[in-house]
Amino acid sequence: MINLLLEPLSFGFMRDALAIAASLGILCSVVGSYLIVQRQGILGDVIAHAVLPGIAIALFLGVDIFLGAFVCGTFSTFAIAWIESQSRVKVDAAMALVFSGFLALGIMLISVLESKVDLHHFLFGNILGVTTEDVFKTLIITFFTLFLVKLSYKELLFYTFDPLGAQASGLPTNIIKFGLTAAITLTIIASMQAVGVVLVISLLIGPGVTAYLLVKELHQMMLLGSVIGIIGSVGGLYISYYQNVPSGASIVLFISGLFLLALLFSPSQGILTRPRARKLR
Amino acid sequence: MLEVEHLDVDYRGVVAVEDVSFRVSPGQMVGVIGPNGAGKSTLVKAILGLIPVSGGTIKFCNCTIRKQLRSIAYVPQRTQVDWDYPITVQNVVMMARTVSTGWFRRPNRKSKEIVKSALQRVGMWEFRSRQIGELSGGQQQRVFLARALAQQADLFFFDEPFVGIDKATEDIMFDIFNELRRDDKILILITHDLGETLAQCDYLLLLNKYIIADGSMKEVVTTENLQRAYGNNILFLNRQEKSA
Repeated sequence: MINLLLEPLSFGFMRDALAIAASLGILCSVVGSYLIVQRQGILGDVIAHAVLPGIAIALFLGVDIFLGAFVCGTFSTFAIAWIESQSRVKVDAAMALVFSGFLALGIMLISVLESKVDLHHFLFGNILGVTTEDVFKTLIITFFTLFLVKLSYKELLFYTFDPLGAQASGLPTNIIKFGLTAAITLTIIASMQAVGVVLVISLLIGPGVTAYLLVKELHQMMLLGSVIGIIGSVGGLYISYYQNVPSGASIVLFISGLFLLALLFSPSQGILTRPRARKLR
Repeated sequence: MLEVEHLDVDYRGVVAVEDVSFRVSPGQMVGVIGPNGAGKSTLVKAILGLIPVSGGTIKFCNCTIRKQLRSIAYVPQRTQVDWDYPITVQNVVMMARTVSTGWFRRPNRKSKEIVKSALQRVGMWEFRSRQIGELSGGQQQRVFLARALAQQADLFFFDEPFVGIDKATEDIMFDIFNELRRDDKILILITHDLGETLAQCDYLLLLNKYIIADGSMKEVVTTENLQRAYGNNILFLNRQEKSA
């Protein structure tokens, strides 16, 4: 058993992959919890796809693709907020438009600017191809984000629970909103290399929403979500190693399986296990 | 003293509130009434600075509202809150202490005591560790009342506080409203309900985009005024239907 766990560690690429998987498991669960409680799960998906034009332009100009992706991803959230505030268009339709529009713009730019973006890599990632430098980048983003969340936990709690109340009491909600968006965009960029933009939403939402079914406070959701995130991403990688199946898909299916278990068997809310409603008569 | 003068609010190119002026003195409770879509919530949001105004002035104690948000408590409509949010009763009330605690700090002992006494005042202390979704409608409203109390504000806004609550909660709320008035606080209630709750107000504002009538309940709740606030609206709709 121990050997089964240790054998993959003898390969450098597996050590890097496991380190990045565990780190993302924590980062995505914490940041994703804010998406879940604000009912904006799909925003993660929008940002993930909307970074493509930024990557294409950054490659063309020869600047860090990280910067291009960050600027473009953040810009997409402004576009959504702007459409929503200036018209009667609701947020889901605005997201759908921005999502597809930005992705199409990215594909167009890659072709026109002849950027060397591997679309397959962008969409599905390659966790076994991460470099030690990627691992450090991810670790730095993880520590930085967790530190900020810890520092401003009570303000973020107030804002995500009752944005109007938070604004009315004098909190700078625009800055808080921007900070949250920036954290989400950073998290997505950090995860792209590992699982690709199609599957990053699973890391963001899966562990947090699984924990959501098991606990009753946000910080517990983040802590348990992190544990679930680590189990899911590391477990998925091991399965992919031994069964020789695609790693990204393996991680996502592992996380989905954990969610299904919680949905069915959560002590307080599980479909099969929750306390029955007591009859009044 | 809260002074609102010639307030205009536009919302996406439509006039939502037009030329609204009123004054409220300390110790007064004001009811804002009117049909759905009359701009009651918009008026309050504009006073609080949550949405931009297109004209007029708002002053609280001779100062702009923005400078003293800490002394203003706002209780949102119960339907605007996500009751599945993973948070306990106690931590909802603790939110009232966020701004006075300050960034990067944890609530001090005094804040914890204020939260405890606010929860005891509304009879919800023994529910402090419950997730808010496990409460009844009246209990949920009491938690938000406790949050407003814990903010130790001077000016209170309640948006539809009487919707879906039980008699016991209503009694507690009026007890507390009366206490706050004795302490010279200003209370502003939005309600679409024309029932007996209005009789408790010192002053009523009947609103439908602009002020149709203001004054005591006797002066405001007359057949003629209500017809102007509610009836004209219905006539107007009918006319639109015919022309369509």
